Amino acid sequence: MNTSEAPSASGATTLEGYNFAYLDEATKRMIRRALLKAVAIPGHQIPFGGREMPLPYGWGTGGIQVTASILGPEDRLKVIDQGSDDTTNAISIRRFFTRVAGVATTEHTAEASVIQTRHRIPERLLREDQIMVYQVPQPEPLFRLEPRRVETKRLHALADYGLMHVRLYEDIARLGHIAKAYDYPVMVNGRYLMSPSPIPAFDNPKMDRMPALQLFGAGREKRIYAIPPYTDVRSLDFEDHPFRPIRAPQACALCGSRDTYLDEVITDDRGGRLFVCSDTDFCAERQADAAKEAAE
Amino acid sequence: MSALTPGFADPVLGAQAAFRAVLEAMSRPGRIVTAGSALRPPAPMNQAAAAVLLTLADADTPLAQDAGADAEAWLRFHCGAPLVAPGAASFVLATGAAPALASLVQGSEEEPQNGATLILQVAALVAGEGWRLTGPGIETEHRLRVDGAPEGFLAAWAANRAGFPCGVDVVLCAGDRLAALPRTVSIAES
Repeated sequence: MNTSEAPSASGATTLEGYNFAYLDEATKRMIRRALLKAVAIPGHQIPFGGREMPLPYGWGTGGIQVTASILGPEDRLKVIDQGSDDTTNAISIRRFFTRVAGVATTEHTAEASVIQTRHRIPERLLREDQIMVYQVPQPEPLFRLEPRRVETKRLHALADYGLMHVRLYEDIARLGHIAKAYDYPVMVNGRYLMSPSPIPAFDNPKMDRMPALQLFGAGREKRIYAIPPYTDVRSLDFEDHPFRPIRAPQACALCGSRDTYLDEVITDDRGGRLFVCSDTDFCAERQADAAKEAAE
Repeated sequence: MSALTPGFADPVLGAQAAFRAVLEAMSRPGRIVTAGSALRPPAPMNQAAAAVLLTLADADTPLAQDAGADAEAWLRFHCGAPLVAPGAASFVLATGAAPALASLVQGSEEEPQNGATLILQVAALVAGEGWRLTGPGIETEHRLRVDGAPEGFLAAWAANRAGFPCGVDVVLCAGDRLAALPRTVSIAES
């Protein structure tokens, strides 16, 4: 769990017959142009010609295409799925890029230059020299309120986000609080309403003025968007009902952390359960630090 | 016509490195990065401008340029982009008198991403002095001195920025160095 996969700088394990990082150069150019415009218009969704990838939609095809378009031989890639480095999705995407691009991979947030993620932002603060790539299932924050694309495009053009405010208000009227624990909508740079991808609302504040560049790719919906570094990202709320990130009140059973996002793990069929950090790398580091301190 | 000089020695990794430089420049407006140091494009096109076009322009992107016949042949061969008037282009290369920002493609309210990218060659870029840049991508303030910027550029830029989300993005190129001005950035004179 602690060891990185062997970097294949020699190219010994890379697949023959594919272009570097799988995509052809014309596709990369198209995605790169979309990425640059996405950075210039923070939070605005840009359509792109999403390609079929060797894994099904919903497994991160959008994120993979973005990663493939930015990745270079000097990069060190980390892939997380729900905060974990060792789930099927994370491992297979990491192996994919090891084989088609020969890049080095890591499980340590601090060592990575590109971090592709599904549903979490690492607990460790990110730096300027890192790039976050989010896998996005549904890039349109208004999708459940207005299914017509032509209409949501119009609403974004007019910055008319009343629908979403009403949706949040109805939660408050019915339940007393905003009942949205993940994919909590944000305003980017005070202009565009944006889906942060299905990260927990707990992670939303990390997006605000993050020093790292954040890129979003939706493969099935064929949209790319971005948040430049140090950009205001505000979770939608009301003056009398301010945004509150939600977290289970327990401490992590493995490292004892009380300020990280926790996963609930069922341990038996008699109601036994355990709360552990969702960010496995952060948790392992804290455990290693504690063990070192105990030894001293 | 003189013999064509080559593009990137390694078209795949050369374009990747240049793209990351442009992405860095666009994400952190006013920060100077290096691109295309090994290129020998025909004069008056400089290395950074050549690297940007090699990386981003192709048959899908109408291109306008004012760098003369040699540059045109070079761009035709290496990028294969259709050459059009500046008012219809996705990429506009300006080596001499720059076209007015307002005369370029602005995009629409619904599709602001169609706004053009102006690749503007200038005499020199100096970090740490000159203009004061603020906006997304900038923690507090970036300083950038641009020698040889077109006259009245700051006023034109203010108008460009006021049109957000529509507008033009600019890549300033001097030698093998470049800095970018996405449409979100505010520029104040020092």
